[in-house]
Amino acid sequence: MSFRNVGIVYRKELIDSLRDRRTVISMVVVPLLVMPLLGIGMLALSAKLVGQAEEEVPTVMILGGEDSPRVMADLRQLKDLHIVPAKPDYVDEISNRQIRAVVEIPEGFEAKLAAGESSTVKIYMYEGELKSSFGADRLQRFFRELRDRTIREHLEERQLQDTLVHPFDIQQKNVAPPEKVGGAILGGLVPYFVILLCLTGAMYPAMDLTAGEKERGTIETILCSPVSRTHLVLGKFLMVLTASIATAVLSITSMAVSFGAGKKLLLSVTNGEADAALQITITGKAMVSIFFVVLPLAVFFSAALLALSLFAKSFKEAQSYISPLMIVVVLPAVAALLPGVELDATLALVPVLNTSLVSKEIITGTYHWNLIALIFLSSSAYACAALAIAVKLFQREDVLFRT
Amino acid sequence: MIEARHLVKRFRDKKRGTVCAVNGVSFSCRPGEIYGLLGPNGAGKTTTLRMLATILAPSEGTAIVAGYDVAKDPQIVRSRVGFLSTATALYGRLSAQEMVEYFGRLHGLDEPTLRRRIDEIFTRLEMNDFRDRRCDKLSTGMKQKVSIARTLVHDPSVMIFDEPTVGLDVMAARTIVSFIRECRDHGKTVVFSTHVMSEVEKLCDHIGIIHDGKLQAEGTLPELRARFGIQDLEELFVKVVES
Repeated sequence: MSFRNVGIVYRKELIDSLRDRRTVISMVVVPLLVMPLLGIGMLALSAKLVGQAEEEVPTVMILGGEDSPRVMADLRQLKDLHIVPAKPDYVDEISNRQIRAVVEIPEGFEAKLAAGESSTVKIYMYEGELKSSFGADRLQRFFRELRDRTIREHLEERQLQDTLVHPFDIQQKNVAPPEKVGGAILGGLVPYFVILLCLTGAMYPAMDLTAGEKERGTIETILCSPVSRTHLVLGKFLMVLTASIATAVLSITSMAVSFGAGKKLLLSVTNGEADAALQITITGKAMVSIFFVVLPLAVFFSAALLALSLFAKSFKEAQSYISPLMIVVVLPAVAALLPGVELDATLALVPVLNTSLVSKEIITGTYHWNLIALIFLSSSAYACAALAIAVKLFQREDVLFRT
Repeated sequence: MIEARHLVKRFRDKKRGTVCAVNGVSFSCRPGEIYGLLGPNGAGKTTTLRMLATILAPSEGTAIVAGYDVAKDPQIVRSRVGFLSTATALYGRLSAQEMVEYFGRLHGLDEPTLRRRIDEIFTRLEMNDFRDRRCDKLSTGMKQKVSIARTLVHDPSVMIFDEPTVGLDVMAARTIVSFIRECRDHGKTVVFSTHVMSEVEKLCDHIGIIHDGKLQAEGTLPELRARFGIQDLEELFVKVVES
């Protein structure tokens, strides 16, 4: 094994690829610019939309209530509600977003309150519509306060304690650290992106360095040199692997930076109240661990893509072989996001899915070292097999000179 | 020195089954000689030359090139051979100098030797004006010079040319022809295939006419003319192929 020759081939392929606009775009520009722009853009947009929805004074309608003047007066005094006259087509008005919510006050509401009789206040809203839910929430808060006040008044009249209707409290306490809560929500997405980017980063160079060479006629040129075909394929493979890892590392770094920036932005809008998903912090240890479990997968992708595209006569043919591979990889990567799919010794042998699952666990701070070792070994075995196939294919004349 | 011994090459074809592209070709070429391989399209010229350059492995038979067996020591053979064909393209994104440097390094040249060789070759072939220009920005003639420089960088003792002038204009073709002659004058063993009869008449010391994978006739030009009683090379070629 001459590492010198592998190094010469690798260096040339690196220079060649870095001068190729398409490789640079897929390897550097997309991860460094497009991903953060998309991430920050989405977060900024959602922060802006939430902010706008919160600032809006909801327009609501009151049905009935003519015989409950005190309640009506209290409602009208609320500064954060805009009340419009009642209309029979209120459902259409909610659907058309002309009003946000409607409250229906039952007949004789105040009289029933005074008599201690039960009645039902109905609130109509459009489920899933943020501004409608804000309007309905405001109405619900008003009537909850009214109910509490009424209970207190009734108890005072009868000279009874509050504890009669409120004998004990129930408190639910979360013992999971914030990163675990966040990890469960967002943790699944990070490995999904890393795995997908490892694949997409390797795709273009793999095709260019094999089928592209055949198409351009340089394959015969390089075969004239005394470098062995094994060294040649290893040099090319290292370049594809570099592109794969570089794309993933650059993407993750830019995602982490843009996530941090987006988090700050969202926290400033929501006055420091963050969703559980935003509590996630990816530690240095987690990043290093993910890198090591993803590495054999990147080797596997690079070698498999190299072997597949070497078989193609042209760049176009290589694309038609490789495109379906996206689905083959995406499916197991997505399966890890499904609830209930948990890492065990059997799943640790399933390529892609194992890496996706273990990365998700690492992000949430769980390290099953025996499973991590099993995944590393099984992924390395798949990677070695794919690399051996690529080397073998490079020795075959019917593949190199396929017409 | 090249010595082809009963070279056979079979391919498997989906439609036609096993195809014998080269069927028992034997010939030899000594240093300081040019051996011309003539034949119609599909005769087996390219396959024969690719076997000599160890790009393809023979199915049967072998060849001794620069003292080494192509089947046993293909890497050593490649380090002593310069192979040039119309199919041997350049890496478009590398500069002329980078292209030649790359092949020099693959041939194991150390950096001072590589610098010296490149300076010599670039000066001899008048390539200094475009040495830093990317290969995809070069004219056809300039590209041919880069290809020649690439084949010469390791100073091979054997040169193999597979239809090197196909698709070239007169000026570029002349560069190649004079380069082939220069190789012979420097004592190199030269084998080349062509369709162009005038090139054969100008250059070749020995001629082999190949058809259907077999060497149909072989000898010096005067010998072939005397044997077939035909002076015109084109007529002679047609007669051999049709017989």
